[in-house]
Amino acid sequence: MNEPIQSVRSSLWSRVDLGAVAPFAALAALLLLGTLVSPRFMSVDNLSNVLTRSAFIATIAVGATFVITAGGLDLSVGSMAAFVAGIMILFLNGGLIENPVLLIAFGMILALFVGALCGLANGLTTTLGRIEPFIVTLGTMGIFRSLVTWLAQGGSIVIKSSELRSAYRPVYFGDVFGAPIPIFVILGVAAIGAFILYRTAYGRHVTAVGSNEEVARYSGINVTRVRTITFVLQGLCVAIAVIVYVPRLGSTTSTTGLLWELQAITAVVIGGTRLRGGVGRIWGTIAGALILEVIGNIMVLSDLVSEYLIGAVQGAIIVIAMLAQRSLSRTR
Amino acid sequence: MRKLLAGIAVLGLIAGVGAASAQQKLTIGVSIPAADHGWTGGVVFHATEEAKALEKQYPGLKVIVKTSPDGAAQANALEDLTTQGIDALVVLPHNPDELTDPIRKVKSKGAFITVVDRALRDRSIEDLYVAGNNPELGRVAAAYVKEKLGGKGDIVVIRGLPIPIDEQRVNAFNEGIKGSDIKVIDSQFGNWSRDDAFKVMQDFLTKHAKIDAVWCQDDDMAVAVLEAIKQAKRTDIKFVVGGAGMKDMVKKVMDGDPMVPVDVLYSPSMVAVAMDVTAAGLVGHIPVRGSYILNATLVTKENAKDFYFKDSPF
Repeated sequence: MNEPIQSVRSSLWSRVDLGAVAPFAALAALLLLGTLVSPRFMSVDNLSNVLTRSAFIATIAVGATFVITAGGLDLSVGSMAAFVAGIMILFLNGGLIENPVLLIAFGMILALFVGALCGLANGLTTTLGRIEPFIVTLGTMGIFRSLVTWLAQGGSIVIKSSELRSAYRPVYFGDVFGAPIPIFVILGVAAIGAFILYRTAYGRHVTAVGSNEEVARYSGINVTRVRTITFVLQGLCVAIAVIVYVPRLGSTTSTTGLLWELQAITAVVIGGTRLRGGVGRIWGTIAGALILEVIGNIMVLSDLVSEYLIGAVQGAIIVIAMLAQRSLSRTR
Repeated sequence: MRKLLAGIAVLGLIAGVGAASAQQKLTIGVSIPAADHGWTGGVVFHATEEAKALEKQYPGLKVIVKTSPDGAAQANALEDLTTQGIDALVVLPHNPDELTDPIRKVKSKGAFITVVDRALRDRSIEDLYVAGNNPELGRVAAAYVKEKLGGKGDIVVIRGLPIPIDEQRVNAFNEGIKGSDIKVIDSQFGNWSRDDAFKVMQDFLTKHAKIDAVWCQDDDMAVAVLEAIKQAKRTDIKFVVGGAGMKDMVKKVMDGDPMVPVDVLYSPSMVAVAMDVTAAGLVGHIPVRGSYILNATLVTKENAKDFYFKDSPF
């Protein structure tokens, strides 16, 4: 499961896969920078804030790792998140079930179902329709976004019952053994994702399809099925992110999840997954998502950068991190 | 008193003319952005409601409301409206620079032009301009913060997007607190988004041990700011000042929530005002040309019920 980390421990330096270590090295460097910049950066409260709010992008990016490893791309994840959140909140407001815990549980199941269905739609249109995933998901991105706006009538969709709201709130704000619940969600999703990608036949098929589709087909791999399932996994990951997102503000608006697709793809690429497919690194993706969130956090905590220039500095750090990673991989 | 009497007289005039022109067919076209966020959602709501009300009030008047998702679509919508034949146009342009020429074209066909919220580059096109007051929104918020904190305190500011509206508000706010001992200890962009505002506020709370008040100029962001404060269990923050007049926030003011003592109005219902004045001018032939700038009224517990629109999505 912990393959990259274990390989660091158990093999000689010369055999270490530097490409897999690089994102963690970049993350460590950023943590050091943060400590230097602000004394409050390393406080437990701050770190748990940052970890907790990286949960959405990290979870979605695990799904994106599958899609991208198989040579696809999904631009619809941000809109899909808003759409799934909208459906889920409307169901919760419907109040079909008396018991709030049961109602929330069913809401979660519904979210997973809707997410998987959205993913399936993306997947089937891409594979059976033989259309570039870029185009398909660009289309569904607009569709999901408009559907949310329509469901919300342009406003916001809010959990109406305050009772329900407080019953659901702990899923984002609560903790187990002192660690916020979303952190366990990240770890759980990543562990399952890593298991599927590295330890199952399906995972190896995903990588094979991504590195060379023709060869994979001649080897008897059902390329259509493998690709379609990556989109379904992506949909499920979006739904899990939504399950953690909804209790935070108890609402969704038509701006929910705006640009999440770009953040997820950035996290995947920073993590060492190849954008053209064929190489997937789940734990690297998690590091990538944390890097994005930590950069933002450091920017706000420090007084070094003017609020007008934050975007430029963030962009520069991402590019530098990628350059460092490339040069590390080349020295192998 | 004389003003009041004059007002009643004008109202009587409008009503009288309205009845007199019952047979006359007049059409007002309303072109607004589609509901892409909370505020524009409110615009759509108020425009459709007002259209119904006006058609009832003035028999023979037709009001067509068209929403467009972007500037190009709005330019097309304007052409369609012109083809249908309109006597007046009420327009809230996506991007005023981009739509100046299409609106000029409508004008050349003889329609009365009312521009809402976003002024055109060429101000000679409009017959009537109806808008909220962005600098005043900053000024009113600053005056309240100054008074409530007794002229001394540390506050944080969460801004919108880096566009002129935001700049006008923030400059006026800074101008407003000048000379007092109120210090803006931090300021960041929250992009008028709940999620971004939540993150920024979490980080502000980590960074600053003591914050007296938050000014975030927008009610959507205020929702997130309140949630972040609640999570951190901080008690040093005395209040949060948002803006716009979202119904959930107005409700909080009305209910006397100590964290949300006031709101500053920048209401999407301005589109209804624009339609109403346009209709009065069109049907009643009274002089309404000019600028109609709505005050950024301070919503307090006392007057909150006047600004609470229960059925509006925003």
